[in-house]
Amino acid sequence: MANHESTYVPSSRFAKWMDERLPIARMMHGQFVDFPTPRNLNYLWTFGGILSFCLVVQIVTGVVLAMHFAPSANDAFDSVEHIRRDVNYGWLIRNIHAVGASMFFFAVYIHMFRGLYYGSYKAPREILWIIGVIIFLVMMATGFMGYTLVWGQMSFWGVTVITNLFSSLDGVIAGLGTKIVQWLWGGYSVSGVTLNRFYALHYLLPFVIAGLVALHIWSLHVVGQNNPTGLDIKAKADSVPMAPFAVMKDLFALSLFVLLFAWLVFYAPDWLGHADNYVEANPLATPAHIVPEWYFLPFYAILRAIPSKLGGVIAMFAAIAILVFVPWLDTSRVRSTKYRPIYRWFFWLFVISCLALGYLGAKPAEGVYVMWARVFTLYYFAHFLLVMPIVGIIETPRQLPRSITEAVLGPGGGGAKAAAAAAPEKR
Amino acid sequence: MSATADKADHPTRRDILSVAGQTFAGVGGALALWPFISQMNPDASTQALASVEIDLKPVKEGQAITVMWRGKPVFIRNRTKTEIESAQKVAAKDLVDPSARNEAMTDRAPGTDANRVKKGKENWLVLVGICTHLGCIPKGQSMADQKGEYGGWFCPCHGSHYDTSGRIRKGPAPRNLDVPPYEFVSDSKIKIG
Repeated sequence: MANHESTYVPSSRFAKWMDERLPIARMMHGQFVDFPTPRNLNYLWTFGGILSFCLVVQIVTGVVLAMHFAPSANDAFDSVEHIRRDVNYGWLIRNIHAVGASMFFFAVYIHMFRGLYYGSYKAPREILWIIGVIIFLVMMATGFMGYTLVWGQMSFWGVTVITNLFSSLDGVIAGLGTKIVQWLWGGYSVSGVTLNRFYALHYLLPFVIAGLVALHIWSLHVVGQNNPTGLDIKAKADSVPMAPFAVMKDLFALSLFVLLFAWLVFYAPDWLGHADNYVEANPLATPAHIVPEWYFLPFYAILRAIPSKLGGVIAMFAAIAILVFVPWLDTSRVRSTKYRPIYRWFFWLFVISCLALGYLGAKPAEGVYVMWARVFTLYYFAHFLLVMPIVGIIETPRQLPRSITEAVLGPGGGGAKAAAAAAPEKR
Repeated sequence: MSATADKADHPTRRDILSVAGQTFAGVGGALALWPFISQMNPDASTQALASVEIDLKPVKEGQAITVMWRGKPVFIRNRTKTEIESAQKVAAKDLVDPSARNEAMTDRAPGTDANRVKKGKENWLVLVGICTHLGCIPKGQSMADQKGEYGGWFCPCHGSHYDTSGRIRKGPAPRNLDVPPYEFVSDSKIKIG
């Protein structure tokens, strides 16, 4: 893909003049118009575009909200209510931003499961995948800090609990954890000082994400997109130009996504939130039951499943960090789970584990819930550390089609046969 | 570096100068970073160890009050006879956290009830009311609260049970509730901090 030449032709004298000085139109044309896209991409491949849309929506609505928000312990909660009630269309922009965070995570989880199912992390896409994991991590930090800014009870106690995770380092070097927590807080408890710095970082990190997304797309366009067969593009017939084919498919999927988005914004803006966050932060009373936003629940369940403070914290961070090593933990010769009769069962077991952990994270940490959280936490890690390496070795993959074109048109379909025969799959 | 490529095993004057220069710039850069890290630490106004004086007269036996000190809640409980006795009965070696966690004592001081109160004022228990697990405020201050299996405090976040001396007995919290620095300035008045 890297050697793909743009077919851009400047259409005016100005365009030609520009092209000789800064060929940005040539680059955009080459990367986003005639870029070769596998012809068999399904709708799961539309979530990259959808996620770019989410990032833009969050940045645009976020900049507007920042114009009306007051980042101090005294004013933050009231200024959010002010935005919702007094600012022109503030209710709309605030709802889009709040629901947008959920939609962003919804899309990113589908995007990640798609990558796991079709082996999109396997060579040569390791760096592409790792940049994606880093984006996910920065997204989580951004979402967490943004939730703080509302300064409701859940905001306040959520921050208290999560920042206190670092105090577990006291168990490694006495006093280290306390020092770090006080450094994060800028005091001896979560206060307006903490709110203020989280506000600054919450404004900064989305632009860091935008930069990481540029790297993510760059590396994607160097190695080319994966596809449901997991085969490489070997002949011209295997691909179609990105525009109009992939672009139209992306736009159609995006419009369905926006429909769901709009339904939540207009009809159920608080459905994914928590009622306690409409009570202003009170440092003297902890809500009876603290839960993070839904998109953090699986990790929260892992944190609580381990009966030691430091151990729980390590397991929670390890649950994310382990994704970095997936390209090397998976020993299978084929990429796509579609051709992996044994692994496919484990894949769905993994999906079920993640959903179950999400459910358990919302339940109180007692009795049978803790027991099940331990079972699914165990499987979560076993999936990466045992299933991925072992199944990849013992499993015999199904017969792969000879080419992407054959997978679409059947054997002998189109003129692909000769091309595919000329470049047989070697893996 | 191409100038020195032919004799890589003999560092030249230029190599030494560039290593020294890069080291100097590196150390300088690292030092310049420190103010930007340190500015996040608690500032002077926060550090100024404000002390508060509390009048204990209105707190009857069995009652508890919560006051603010350094932005943290401090629990003050006027313990009943049975509460004191049940706290004194526990041997330090049976505790999850055997340390007294009293700022007036060393970390080695055993977590007996006597080490967590002032002599002659055994009914007054003064604690930083922050769960040592993840910083929630445990329940148990008001009469109607759930006080946990040991009659002290119960943290609703992740289910830690504290006894009537504020020591962790069950649940994920690793340490006993801290005893802040305080003293009796008169028979019924204390100064925290």
